[in-house]
Amino acid sequence: MTVRDIVGPLMLVEDVEGVTYGELVELEYPDGTSSLGNVLEVNGDVALVQAFQGTQGSNPASTKVRFLGRGLTLGVSRDMLGRVFDGLGRPRDDGPEIIPDERLSINGMAINPTARDFPDDFIQTGISSIDGLNPLVRGQKLPIFSGSGLPHNQLAAQIARQAAVLARSDDPTKVGEKLEGEFAVVFAAMGITFEDADFFMSELRDTAAIERAVLFLNLADDPAVERIATPRMALTAAEYLAYECDMHVLVILTDMTYYCEALREVSAARKEVPGRRGFPGYLYTDLATLYERAGRIKGRKGSITQIPILTMPEDDKTHPIPDLTGYITEGQIILNRDLHRRGVYPPVAVLPSLSRLKQKGIGPGKTREDHADLSNQLFGAYARGIQAKELAVILGEAALSDSDKAFASFADAFEDRFIRQGEHDDRTVEETLALGWELMTLLPRVELKRIKDEYIEKYLPADETAESTVEAPA
Amino acid sequence: MEQGTIVKVAGPLVVAEGLTNSKMYDLVRVGEEGLMGEIIEMRGDRSSIQVYEETEGLGPGDPVTSTGAPLSVELGPGMLGGVYDGVQRPLDALEALTGAFLARGIDAPGLSREATWMFHATAHAGDSVVGGDVIGIVQENEVITHRIMVPPKLSGRIEHIESGTYTVDQPLGSLVDDAGTTHDLIMMQRWPVRVPRPYRRKLSVDEPLVTGTRVIDTFFPLMKGGVATIPGPFGAGKTVTQHQIAKWSNAEVVIFIGCGERGNEMTDVLMEFPELEDPYSGYPLMKRTVLVANTSNMPVAAREASVYTGITMAEYFRDMGFNVVLQADSTSRWAEAMREISGRLEEMPGEEGFPAYLGTKLAAFYERAGKVLALGGPLPPGSASVEEAAADKAVGGTSEPGGHESSEGRDRIGSVSVVGSVSPPGGDLSEPVVQNTLRVVKVFWALQDTLAYERHFPAIDWLTSYSLYLDKITPYWNETVGRGFRERRDRCMEILQRESELAEIARLVGVEALSPDEQVLMETAKSIREDFLQQNAFRDDDQFTSLAKQDLLLKLILHFYDKAREAHAGGASLADIFAAPVRERIARAKYLTEDDFGVFADITSDLETQLVAEGSEEEGV
Repeated sequence: MTVRDIVGPLMLVEDVEGVTYGELVELEYPDGTSSLGNVLEVNGDVALVQAFQGTQGSNPASTKVRFLGRGLTLGVSRDMLGRVFDGLGRPRDDGPEIIPDERLSINGMAINPTARDFPDDFIQTGISSIDGLNPLVRGQKLPIFSGSGLPHNQLAAQIARQAAVLARSDDPTKVGEKLEGEFAVVFAAMGITFEDADFFMSELRDTAAIERAVLFLNLADDPAVERIATPRMALTAAEYLAYECDMHVLVILTDMTYYCEALREVSAARKEVPGRRGFPGYLYTDLATLYERAGRIKGRKGSITQIPILTMPEDDKTHPIPDLTGYITEGQIILNRDLHRRGVYPPVAVLPSLSRLKQKGIGPGKTREDHADLSNQLFGAYARGIQAKELAVILGEAALSDSDKAFASFADAFEDRFIRQGEHDDRTVEETLALGWELMTLLPRVELKRIKDEYIEKYLPADETAESTVEAPA
Repeated sequence: MEQGTIVKVAGPLVVAEGLTNSKMYDLVRVGEEGLMGEIIEMRGDRSSIQVYEETEGLGPGDPVTSTGAPLSVELGPGMLGGVYDGVQRPLDALEALTGAFLARGIDAPGLSREATWMFHATAHAGDSVVGGDVIGIVQENEVITHRIMVPPKLSGRIEHIESGTYTVDQPLGSLVDDAGTTHDLIMMQRWPVRVPRPYRRKLSVDEPLVTGTRVIDTFFPLMKGGVATIPGPFGAGKTVTQHQIAKWSNAEVVIFIGCGERGNEMTDVLMEFPELEDPYSGYPLMKRTVLVANTSNMPVAAREASVYTGITMAEYFRDMGFNVVLQADSTSRWAEAMREISGRLEEMPGEEGFPAYLGTKLAAFYERAGKVLALGGPLPPGSASVEEAAADKAVGGTSEPGGHESSEGRDRIGSVSVVGSVSPPGGDLSEPVVQNTLRVVKVFWALQDTLAYERHFPAIDWLTSYSLYLDKITPYWNETVGRGFRERRDRCMEILQRESELAEIARLVGVEALSPDEQVLMETAKSIREDFLQQNAFRDDDQFTSLAKQDLLLKLILHFYDKAREAHAGGASLADIFAAPVRERIARAKYLTEDDFGVFADITSDLETQLVAEGSEEEGV
């Protein structure tokens, strides 16, 4: 068994026997370093191996290769909670090795679509722009599309801190109580800086949530190819906690952009035909094997909710990474630089953001009967307000019709009061809805076309001006 | 059963030696676990095999066994209500075998061998039959009477045939062909998925596929047997639109292919369809539906096969004389699967890495749609379903004067309509999958994300969408909806078109700078957009609108347009006209139920009284 070629992170090993596709490999380099790897292709007696820790220090003549006869696995156990691992699942804190209950293949298996249970439990994140308009549901995968310099880490940490599930309520006009349950956070860092990772750790530590968290860290200075395994490690741990230990797991994957770039690096070294922007043609399938590991399964208590974070190169939503992600995930939360510059936190670009499961997660019993109609109306009104404001830029404010003026001032109030909130401001869903109704009073009633009349009667706060005219003659 | 050995494994592609007698597209079993695969390239004695399951753990030296037959589906009673993966393995049976996760190397037949069906023979011993002839029926469920047909390539004289309870592979009779060979007759047929099922001849389409979605039915209609595509960037509501068609279209059978899409979406369909009532039969929708679910994380080669599996099933129901609608969501994922396999074969890539044969494959797939005269003779008499079928034929007969010389309007006519969605990367419609699709489809529902951001749903852009069936549908509209519907539709289209031109000007100089007539037009266009085009798929009182009600809504809106212009010409101020209380009633007219038709007359009379020439009133005083 000899190494013939070394190209980037890849090695071509000759004279192998009994090697299988995907098999785990141990590599020992002449300079004393070592690396794990796996088999990408096997052709007769030649195997193509990708080295997770890179190939620095290796040479063709004296690199030792050992095929381990099994795929890449992760030893899982409840004791993983509160621990920090590296990108390949080895302890990174000073704690002891995990004594695994089971060793699981990190590639997992596809969930049979008939075994899935539909995600419809509303998660209250305490953030109005999410709860009110693009609600998150247990078992959903909802990515944050961000750009460099935007506060996506703060937002993800706030969601991780505040996320709570509400009990079902029999009264359509009332929101259920907060439910206590077993939850866990699994955090996978791919290529982010120590500072970013440290921010998450200290945020989790402050709320003692760190004991309920498992962290897999592949930082910016760790080997890039290792990143391909990191999210799979994290999701394998999450599946164990969700489906074997009955926990509700929130998985934060950050930053998917670096993950995809690592895939591209390997693909380029293999001289594969590139797709858009040099990313491999199978990027969609590859991402799907990660994102589709979110969900719920019938008859099991736990669930996996995913929040992948990705920074869009040049804030470009049509870049292959956000584009393919958006096609797989159930919506997206997009952060907006203009809002951020104006000092609005969280700078959620409400209009292009979307939660595909919102229709299932809100409404009577889950939140409140008027939630869907109200959120539709808020969307429509905000969109119209933005248009009116654009018009005002061209024509001047005076040229706007009365209703356009009302919508323009609605849009300002909406951004200032509904979207903007503090990093530690945990709003209940009632507070969010009340805020929405309050903003509705800024609009002429005839424009509220998307809300059922009965809800307008019931929830629209009495118009102050109308009241004063009634009082005046008395 | 020929056996070979693996020499190379690269992802879903395996190369094996020693399968010299196998043929292209033959099904093989790979490795000790017997993973399913298909031969897609042969060089000398080396065969390249795409494997429908995860290949981790396979290596050189592992065995490969050829089954000697191409990838086929099993067709017969028991498909309706089923959920299959891309190679027709029933997912519920797999769940029973291995639990919630899909393990490798498991198999279950497409049609259950245990289930029994009550077979009523309609043919008799001694009858001469040809391929496609109906020899009996099975009441598969409350909605669908399954017609058992002679397999396409078989013909001869029935030796004996007997009604009774059988499983799908138990002989229920026998047939002697012209060469004197005896064949057992069974309910189940096998058909290779990549070969279109034969028919007598294709017919011109003449009836709309009514979907209950206003923008589709009125503005961009699809025909039974027609082909449509929905391209759209993510988040524009592609999937919701497809679900709407699956739920509400007036087809007898719906095949829904989830090709490389989200797992939760399939779950949504799975949980919702058994609950939802078919508006035509009153029974759960699932009873007329077959799902093919190959989600994005399931093996990519099976995704490539899934569209063929689906359309073969659709053709089978078409051959029975049913109208079938097939939905493929999304054909882009199918094309990407082709690209992935092509890349592994190291083929020379065409545009954007897609194989050079992409256009050919897409066109060949869509061409399997159509309205056809099915193979075999007319439906035999003697069962309740036959009357129902005869009524069907009467409709088909009137709309197709002349007909087949021997048919006399009694032949089986079936159709397959195909609605394929496309997911263009970055919403870029110039990419190869969209462009190759547009060359073959007749209806284009262009979803716009800007409309979706405004929560204008369905976000079908009325300016860029088109339907090439308008002239073919007009006779039907005149007959069933009423004369003038086409004119009203065209008038609304014109108003919308005018609006888009005026909007440019209004953006520069303000709405007030437009002439009063133009302002009325702008208001009417807004009304068409908000009160007609917008439709809420999640509101019980809005998700389905009959053609008759669509016409009433159009009449109301156009009536407002005429009245408003009249009133203004008579001196009423625009502000008063636009603020008339009746406008709110028009806005809410779409929520009226099908029984409230009287209310439309009421609203019309409101229009008459509220939009009057104020000048004349004052003169009177």
